[in-house]
Formats: sequence, structure tokens, C-alpha cells
Amino acid sequence: MKLVIGHLYPDLLNLYGDRGNIQCMKKRCEWRGIEAEVREFQLMDSIDFSDLDIVLLGGGSDREQMIVCRKLQEIQKDFKAYVEDYGTVIAVCGGYQLLGHYYDTEEGRIEGLSLVDLYTEQGSPRLITNIVIQNDLFEYPIVGFENHGGRTYIGDNQPLGKVLFGYGNNGKDGAEGVLYKHVVGTYLHGPLLPKNPHVCDYLLKNALERKYGVTELEPLDDEQEKEANQYIVERFVKK
Amino acid sequence: MMRVRRLLAVWTAKIISTACRAAGKQGVTLAGKIALKIDPDVLKDLASQVREKIFVVCGTNGKTTTNNLLCSAIESEGKKLVCNHTGSNMLGGVAAAFVLAAGWNGKIDADYACIEIDEASTVRVFPHFKPDYMVLTNLFRDQLDRYGEIDITMKLLDRAMKMAPDMKVIVNADDALSSYLAMESGNPYVTYGITEQVFQEQDTHEIREGRFCKKCGTKLDYEFYHYSQIGKYHCPGCDFTRPEVDFDASQIEMEHGLAFTVEGRRIQANYRGFYNIYNILAAYSAARTAGMQLQNFDRVLTDFNPQNGRMEEFHIDGTRIILNLAKNPAGFNQNISAVMEDEKEKDIIIVINDNAQDGTDISWLWDVDFDRFKEKSIRSITVSGIRCQDMRLRMKYVDIPSELIADVETAIRERIKDGCGNLYVLVNYTALYSTRGILVQMQK
Repeated sequence: MKLVIGHLYPDLLNLYGDRGNIQCMKKRCEWRGIEAEVREFQLMDSIDFSDLDIVLLGGGSDREQMIVCRKLQEIQKDFKAYVEDYGTVIAVCGGYQLLGHYYDTEEGRIEGLSLVDLYTEQGSPRLITNIVIQNDLFEYPIVGFENHGGRTYIGDNQPLGKVLFGYGNNGKDGAEGVLYKHVVGTYLHGPLLPKNPHVCDYLLKNALERKYGVTELEPLDDEQEKEANQYIVERFVKK
Repeated sequence: MMRVRRLLAVWTAKIISTACRAAGKQGVTLAGKIALKIDPDVLKDLASQVREKIFVVCGTNGKTTTNNLLCSAIESEGKKLVCNHTGSNMLGGVAAAFVLAAGWNGKIDADYACIEIDEASTVRVFPHFKPDYMVLTNLFRDQLDRYGEIDITMKLLDRAMKMAPDMKVIVNADDALSSYLAMESGNPYVTYGITEQVFQEQDTHEIREGRFCKKCGTKLDYEFYHYSQIGKYHCPGCDFTRPEVDFDASQIEMEHGLAFTVEGRRIQANYRGFYNIYNILAAYSAARTAGMQLQNFDRVLTDFNPQNGRMEEFHIDGTRIILNLAKNPAGFNQNISAVMEDEKEKDIIIVINDNAQDGTDISWLWDVDFDRFKEKSIRSITVSGIRCQDMRLRMKYVDIPSELIADVETAIRERIKDGCGNLYVLVNYTALYSTRGILVQMQK
């Protein structure tokens, strides 16, 4: 079996250790004997979404996001079809904001992809902290680090989790991230996946299911991952 | 009345600093803050007493080493100076450098001041004094949670330069971000850099900041990289290009320590780490720009013994220990290169904290090329500090096993006991002070 991971515009969207998310997906495939190929796409490259099993959209500065969003309009249709067909997407921070309709900043509107019904507005101050969220879909909490000026509103969509510690999407409604079909959008850095192997496996399983009809993943020894996760939970939630 | 205030500020700061030191605490920044509370003009006043020039050193990496080298260079010219040696580089730390250098009469006896300033603090310091020179070493991603993003840091530095339009900027020509700032600021500037290609192999996966032209947004073309985004670049989309280099280091050698030629002078130092060439070159260029002859520069380098955890050497129970600060991906990658320059067998301890001064976000660990530790000469890797769990995971995902010992002192003792006698301790910012304290204590 083989998964192809498309990393969109790593030249521009590469803040905060997105490399860690890639590395995590790759290794967790490799350790199970599944081949994983990472394809990096630059702005001038054309993307055939039918070749991809997982798409990673990372975070960039507002300025870099502005450059990317112009390009994204050209691939919007193909990307949308991929999402509607249950293609797996992991979008972090800036990438998460780009999933929505728009991101209104002081310096103007950044048009999004409208892949998921959500929008973002710039707020002050930046929301910066360690964060712990929970979703019954996952056997233990999801931990990470958030650092965003944008306030995201996801309407009736499912969040990735309920905030146990930290701010989440907008600091108000207690929700963090979004789950839509096989799309995961989130503000969580850390990077997200290494300390949350359950989220990583959720992405891998969805992608393998779509491609090969696989419904179960071979379990791995996640003791170190769980310890690192639990350390954050205990430090910030269970006082 | 004003004079009384100033005296009170100076005295109080001195007492606080002494008391803190007696209690084994740092206390420098606190002393400076309180002095400014008592007399908001104290920094302005004292800085204006500096007889000749004021240098400030900014940039993500290399500030402390560059500033300390510059101090030694100026002292070797027989000049007196004020300096924040400890690396306390926010407004409070800068104020402390001056008030603690003042006599009990509230007066400063100094020809020069050499002050390193945290980039984001420049706009808070410059209302107190306008420096004559700013050394700008480089801009990398660092402690992102404190500043938001590198763009924000650049905006702040730009504002600072405009606050002091006569300040001459001594800038690293090989960093497109720093050069862009200097060239666009309207301030006078001189440049230093390395025009020859030093490394034949180019790692394409290293995280590089600012690959896009700040002027027009086009991706920059690089003839070669020295490390990270430092190299020889130009923009194919507009007229932005690496500036002419005034102080060009050539004939670089790194076999036995470091050596290079600048202005026809061969400069040698018994340090490790390519990045130290930039630190030496920056200090040299700054002093030369200010008109100093630097006849004794060789001796300055020989005598320079960093006692601040920058490649600092300890000897404990037959083990040689090298302590080195590494607080962001660019710095850490350079550190790994420096460690690998030592071909002998070695043990490694990595200490990672996430206190406020470290940047509470440690995502950057994943942007460091730790896979380069997958080599025979590395006997063991021990992870320690507050975020040792994250560090262990980082190593796991490049298939390198590591031992977790959260307590730093225990980790060091264990590796002295069962290690090979050659131990590197790589630490981030707050781990530096505690780890150094432990090593100093153990060496006694």
C-alpha cells in the first residue's frame, strides 16, 4: 500500500514545524510497512488532486498567505471536488483559515477557498498559549500550541474538539478547529501530529479507507507519544 | 531635585543587584527596571555621558558573542566602555548596564558603550538614546510566540532605524532580510559577508527564512548557501540584490579552529563553528567602521574566553564538557555542525525548557535537522529539561533512540559516570543559566 502526501506551497506556508507533521505521517506509515511519498508543490506547479491521498496546508505569515490565496483561486474547483469526494486534508493555522470563505485582516481581505463553511476575522490580542481539547472520537485529549490573531467562526460545522484549556477558534465559543468530511482544520501547532498520534492515525486511516478500503490500522507502540501528550494535559488541565 | 533622583535610582539599582547576586539570582533586569521607575531619565542622562560612540548589536543569533568580542576589541584600544555582558537585552537590562556602570556619584566614566538589544526592544530603548552604530547580524525565526512572526520583528527594526536616522548600520550582507532592512531604511550602512562558497554540499531541506524578495515577492535566486538562508542571492524579479561587501572574509579555513582573511589581514581563532566567523567578522567590521586600527585583534581573539555557555568548556572527573546555547533552528543546526566537526566519540545531552524567555512554543524543535546525529561517533543522546518528552519524541521520529532523564544534574552525573569522557551539553535559553550553574558548581 502507498499513500501520497501533497504538501502545498512549503516555501510560503512553512511556519512552526509543519515538517514535524509530515515526518510523523511518513514514519507512522513506514513503521507499518506502508509506503509514503511526500510531494512538495510550489506556486507554479499544477496539482492533480486525483494523485493525492492526503493534502497538507500549513501556516504562513499574513503576507505570505496573501500571495498563496491568489494562487489558490486557480485550483479551487479541483480542491473542492477532492474534499467533497472525501479526500483527506490537514490544514493548520493559516492553512485552516484558507479553508474558509475569507480572512478579514487590517490590510484587507484574504479570499479563502470556501471548502468549508467558515470565516475568519482578525482580532486583538493574538491568542497565544498551550492548548488542550477533547473530542469523544479520540480516546484521549488532543494537545498543542496555538498562536493566532484570527478569530474563526465555524457555524454549524463540527469542531475538532471542545477546549479544555486555551482559546480555540475565537476564544469565545469553546470550540477548536473543524471536522468536515475528511478535512481537519485546526490552530494547533506543536507540531500537531507527533504528540497526537491518534489524530495522525485518523488521517491515515481515512486516506487508506478511501484508497484501499482499509478500516483498521496496525497498532503501534505509542507509549512515548502518550507520555508527552499526558504531560501537557496534566500540566494545564488537571491542576 | 533631578540630581537627587538620579542618585537614588543609581544607588537603589546597585543595592538591588548586589542583593540579588548575594541571593544567587540574576536581578540585573529588575535593577534596571526599578532605576527607570525612580528616574525615567536616568538612561538618557547616563548614555549622554558616553564620551565617544554608542554601538548596539541586534539580530537573532550571535548578539552576545559579537557584542562581547566588540567590547574586547575596543578595550584593546585602551578605551573604557559600558557593556551588558550578561546578555540581559530588554529595556531593563540595557538600563541596568548603564546604572550599574555609574559611580556612586551618578556619573559614568566611559568612552564607548556596546549594548546588545533584543530586536523588539529597540523601539523602547531608542527614545532614551540614539546609537551611533547598529550591528545587525541576521534574522531567523525565533521564539515566535513572543513576537508573532518574523515580519513583525522586521517592522519593529525598521521603525527603530527610522528613529535614529543618522545611526550607521553594519549589516550582514549574506542575509537578505537584514540587508533589505538596512538598504531600505535610508540609514547609512556598511556591509560584511563571505563572498566565496565554503560548503560544496548544499542541504536542500534546511528551513530557510525569507526566500521571497521582501521588495517584490519573487523567489530569490541563490548561487549558494552558507547555512539557513545566509548566502549569495539576488532577486530575478527586481533590482534587489546582495549588496557590495565592504568587509569580505575570504580564504576560509576550519581545519584547526577558524581562519580567514579580511582587508588583507589573516585572522585566526581557536573556536569551533562556522557561525563564529560571522561573529568575529561583525565585531571586526564594527570596530573598523568606527575608525579603530585593531592592531591587537589577534590577542583579543586568543584571550577571548566565553564564560557564558557559548562553547564554554568544563572539566569534571576526567570528562571534557562543552556547553553551548542553541535556541532556534538556525542556531541549533549550526551547533550540530560544530559538534560534528569534532570527529571523536561523544555523548550528547539536550536540555529543552519552555519558560517565558525560551518562547513557550517548542514547535521549532521539528525544524532542526537532528537526523544528522545519526552517526557512529555519537555514543548516546540524553534528553532533559522541562520539555524532555517532546525532545525524546523528536529523536524517535528520526529513528534515534534517546534516554530521558528529566533532571539536568542527574543527566550530567550519569553521563560523566558512564560516558566516553567527551560530553556536549546543548541547551536552550533558560536551561543555559541553570545548567551552567550546575557545571560551575560541579567543577569546583
